[in-house]
Amino acid sequence: MPHTQRKKKNLYPSLVLGKKEIADGVFTIETEKKFSFIPGQVIALALNPEDEPRLYSIASGNEGKTLRILFDINPEGQLTPALSKCRIGDTVFVSEPFGKFIGTQEQAFWIATGTGIAPFISMLESGLAINKTLLHGARYISQFYFADKFEEAMHKNYLRFCTAEENNMVIHGRLTDYLKKQETLSPKIKYYLCGSAEMVVEVRDILINKGIPFNNIVAEIYF
Amino acid sequence: MQKEPLYGKTLNELKEIVKQHNLPGFTAGQIADWLYKKRAESIDSMTNLSKKARQLLSENFETGITLPSKVQESVDGTKKYLFPAHKQLFIEAAYIPEDNRKTLCISSQVGCKMGCLFCMTGKQGFQSQLTAGEILNQIRSIPESEELTNVVYMGMGEPLDNIEEVLKSLDILTSDWGYGWSPRRINVSTIGIVPAMRRFIEESEAHLAISLHTPFNEERQKLMPIEQVYSIEQVIETLREYDFGRQRRISFEYIMFEGINDTPAHVKGLTKLLNGIRCRINLIRFHPIPDSPLRGTPHKTMQWFCDQLNNKGITTTIRRSRGEDIYAACGLLSTKALLNDNKPKDF
Repeated sequence: MPHTQRKKKNLYPSLVLGKKEIADGVFTIETEKKFSFIPGQVIALALNPEDEPRLYSIASGNEGKTLRILFDINPEGQLTPALSKCRIGDTVFVSEPFGKFIGTQEQAFWIATGTGIAPFISMLESGLAINKTLLHGARYISQFYFADKFEEAMHKNYLRFCTAEENNMVIHGRLTDYLKKQETLSPKIKYYLCGSAEMVVEVRDILINKGIPFNNIVAEIYF
Repeated sequence: MQKEPLYGKTLNELKEIVKQHNLPGFTAGQIADWLYKKRAESIDSMTNLSKKARQLLSENFETGITLPSKVQESVDGTKKYLFPAHKQLFIEAAYIPEDNRKTLCISSQVGCKMGCLFCMTGKQGFQSQLTAGEILNQIRSIPESEELTNVVYMGMGEPLDNIEEVLKSLDILTSDWGYGWSPRRINVSTIGIVPAMRRFIEESEAHLAISLHTPFNEERQKLMPIEQVYSIEQVIETLREYDFGRQRRISFEYIMFEGINDTPAHVKGLTKLLNGIRCRINLIRFHPIPDSPLRGTPHKTMQWFCDQLNNKGITTTIRRSRGEDIYAACGLLSTKALLNDNKPKDF
């Protein structure tokens, strides 16, 4: 059967301007910012224009001059092991920003696990943290990425739930247990969820059981 | 040491293996013939391979055929098979006999990453990708294997989130050196991961089913998180780029939720969205799952919705529910109860 030629997403060369390993096996990469974006959007990224790109949430503010992404190495993945080895001055290929997991100025809960924090740091650095409560879950204290920035901007509205370690900055335990105990979750505000499918479905069920209409639950899954 | 399974290897992969073992090139075709046509259960039974070849292969490989560990049968004749997958995980497949069709609904992943609000598989999160061998083994290893007329990739998991292995399984299923099935007997369902959908359209000839469930973007975002990155409009625009010919079918799956997606506005929205696409819509009764805020549309309203769409020129049918009493019906497959839930959580 005749088919049209495969049309891939347009990818644009972009220089790597910075790279940091912010925790064991977890990196941020900053590239040239070629397009404006709305905080919460994603980009497709590849190391070569012919490669199948992967999607990453933008993890930087929309007023900044660079574009940052956050990723952890998936040892079986095709991109992240190589991406973690790229150097300043290398070229990566990125798409125009897209996606509809978009932050607003309205009061809301932000709920994330692990690198699912990426869209929320973008929202925070874009001035959208007012009226927000952030619940971030992780196994280890080192996995609360950008903790200093969230702490500075959100104070007591930034709650860290650590399942495997304890200190006086974090709540020891699961964020799902915290949500189950809440008796005053507003059904009128939005709840933004970003992270693994397991977290999204479990938190969504808890919120629905607490009377939050599913229309007010906005979820982004990592795949 | 765990031996690598031969079952699920494409002819090219088998050629590579025989080359690495310094065996004659034609051995690859012989192995494929034993695996996919003669249903060999062991390397030793591949009797037209030289003794040396069988010995060499047996050192590193096994056939990799796995029988189902459990079967449940519904009052309507549907059977649900449980298969062990690697990493001590399990998957399910549903065998659906009808008068002149015998369909197997197979899984492509253990669990699912997509988190759709209405799906039981999504409740268990994602555990693992299946290999092409594990996907095909569901077809190969049920007692009704040789009676099957159709296969649908609509079980656990999002097939196009495992595109490499799904394409490999389709290659084996439809190639002359494999099972030699017509691709018109195979239907692959997706929620619309656009880049992988393009690959599927271009690299396979099987039918395509899209999980639609509402024509409206904002509503779909609430039901299906994938809509945040790949909108239904983008999925439809992508379909419009291709010539599917007269034989290859596109269908849309539409689970009906009372008061949510069963209104006249939805009829209008669907008509507008699908305008000009040769397709059919399958309306599916919602099978309630725990903690779901959704309820199924009553049959009378489903029939009205169906008639309205048919009147607008979109071929629409109501799919019969099968295997509901054994949790084999659409959206109910799950092996969550069998998961080792002691793994550390990060939330």
